[in-house]
Amino acid sequence: MRYSGFRVIKEALTGHRGWGPAWRDPDPQPAYDYVVIGGGGHGLATAYYLAKEFKQSRIAVLEKGWIGGGNVGRNTTIVRSNYLLDGNEPFYEFSLKLWEGLEQDLNYNAMMSQRGIINLMHSDAQRDAYIRRGNAMILNGADAQLLDQKQVLEKYPFLNVKNARFPVMGGLLQARAGTARHDAVAWGYARAADQRGVDIIQNCEVTGFRIEGGRVQGVETTRGYIGAEKVGVCVAGSSSRVMAYAGMRLPIESHVLQAFVSEGLKPVLPGVITFGAGHFYCSQSDKGGLVFGGNIDGYNSYASRGNLPMVEDVMEEAIAMFPMLGRARLLRSWGGIMDMSMDGTPIIDKTHIDGLYFNGGWCYGGFKATPASGFVYAHLLATDTPHDTATAFRLDRFHTGHMVDEKGVGNQPNLH
Amino acid sequence: MIINHPILGPRDSSEFVYLGDACLINRPDWQAEDALEQFIDYGHTRDNPAGLHRELWYHEQGDRSWLVVTRNTVTHEITQVELARDVARAEGRSK
Ligand SMILES: Cc1cc2nc3c(=O)[nH]c(=O)nc-3n(C[C@H](O)[C@H](O)[C@H](O)COP(=O)(O)OP(=O)(O)OC[C@H]3O[C@@H](n4cnc5c(N)ncnc54)[C@H](O)[C@@H]3O)c2cc1C
Repeated sequence: MRYSGFRVIKEALTGHRGWGPAWRDPDPQPAYDYVVIGGGGHGLATAYYLAKEFKQSRIAVLEKGWIGGGNVGRNTTIVRSNYLLDGNEPFYEFSLKLWEGLEQDLNYNAMMSQRGIINLMHSDAQRDAYIRRGNAMILNGADAQLLDQKQVLEKYPFLNVKNARFPVMGGLLQARAGTARHDAVAWGYARAADQRGVDIIQNCEVTGFRIEGGRVQGVETTRGYIGAEKVGVCVAGSSSRVMAYAGMRLPIESHVLQAFVSEGLKPVLPGVITFGAGHFYCSQSDKGGLVFGGNIDGYNSYASRGNLPMVEDVMEEAIAMFPMLGRARLLRSWGGIMDMSMDGTPIIDKTHIDGLYFNGGWCYGGFKATPASGFVYAHLLATDTPHDTATAFRLDRFHTGHMVDEKGVGNQPNLH
Repeated sequence: MIINHPILGPRDSSEFVYLGDACLINRPDWQAEDALEQFIDYGHTRDNPAGLHRELWYHEQGDRSWLVVTRNTVTHEITQVELARDVARAEGRSK
């Protein structure tokens, strides 16, 4: 069923009896050509592009819980392509271009809103770094604009720009960046993949791989053995646990990242804004809640909930930046498990086991990557060669010394 | 999280800085045949378990000691706290 304005009117007039489920709930087949493990944004996008762009068939997505219950349903929904390094920027810009056409492509309202992101700058050194980053973005076909203090104040008149320690000197604006409705991205990909014949199998946890003669044969699951020509792992925060079933240890630590939402307020924030003197980012949802977050808690965790010191830290940054927020009440907070890689950059690569592929290490920036991650992973699975924009995301880069360390902090995951 | 420091007693974890897996105590021998491989592994690969994890915490805003904390990464429960020095010595290290 195609969704359209006419359809909404027709259903409204006929008591909404014709909608039906957005995707099937099939039982697993004994074998598939492609098994994608993980029904998050990346896994669903991978299956969709495998079917659509690479004309592959017999594809299944195996999800241990329900689709969209992982990080894709927990993130702060920021979509941007404002990276510095050559290994990253073309990939994220490719992703942003896919975002721009996503809703038409999927026939699904993902509430993509290009409301712009401003990274505030507070020192001369930071201004120079932002100029360099902005130029790198423009060289890679993205958009970037340096704003002075006056231009920032035009958009955010309430900012505390004269703060003695962290005066706001201006900011780096990417106008094409913005936010998208996180759940809708998972649902939109699921529905579009399902329409192309992909089996989305929920409540199906992968508990092992069957590997014979250096080649993957299939996966053991809580719903029985499923054979597969190729297996693509795409489980974000669970990466180390799942790859351990294949005897692999990864350059990844799992950490908890918290996010917060305030009570609903009248429109105050026109776009996404980040604090340059700490780690704090904020936007306002269409319901009016301020959605914000900061750093990861900083220690290994699989708990999906964080601790109070980081809550306090994030609130302090919020108030330093917007003193007016002092009266707003916090409504909810939650956490998600981040697959923090050793250089802060993802991995999308083959493994030493034939037919077994790995996608992970997204740190806290994988939502914006969802369309491109799915596309390039489908490319790798279907053609066995990396997509042009994803050649740097190799698993062996820690051996060869080709790390892609955007922040330049080295092999310390809790600093990325 | 409260870390029960062996010398100072219970302290808030926010006084500490977290380094990572306690395997970092065991720096490979730089003269070994496969020292390069060992150092790549030491620097980058981790078990990253869901469950009990032995890890290094540094009491930066306290007595500057390094601790080995055994903590469950699923529940955040801390079950054992040792001085990293004692752990290293028990493994045969001189200091
Ligand atoms: C609080 C928070 C804020 C964030 N903010 C942003 C942001 O503003 N912008 C941005 O770009 N990114 C952000 N991120 C990061 C982003 O959400 C993730 O990097 C991205 O969603 C990860 O990819 P995914 O959607 O495929 O992961 P997930 O949705 O986590 O999907 C992985 C799936 O694998 C499943 N799985 C695990 N183990 C198994 C198994 N054994 N068998 C079967 N299935 C399994 C899980 O159940 C899960 O559904 C944020 C993350 C968090 C937690």
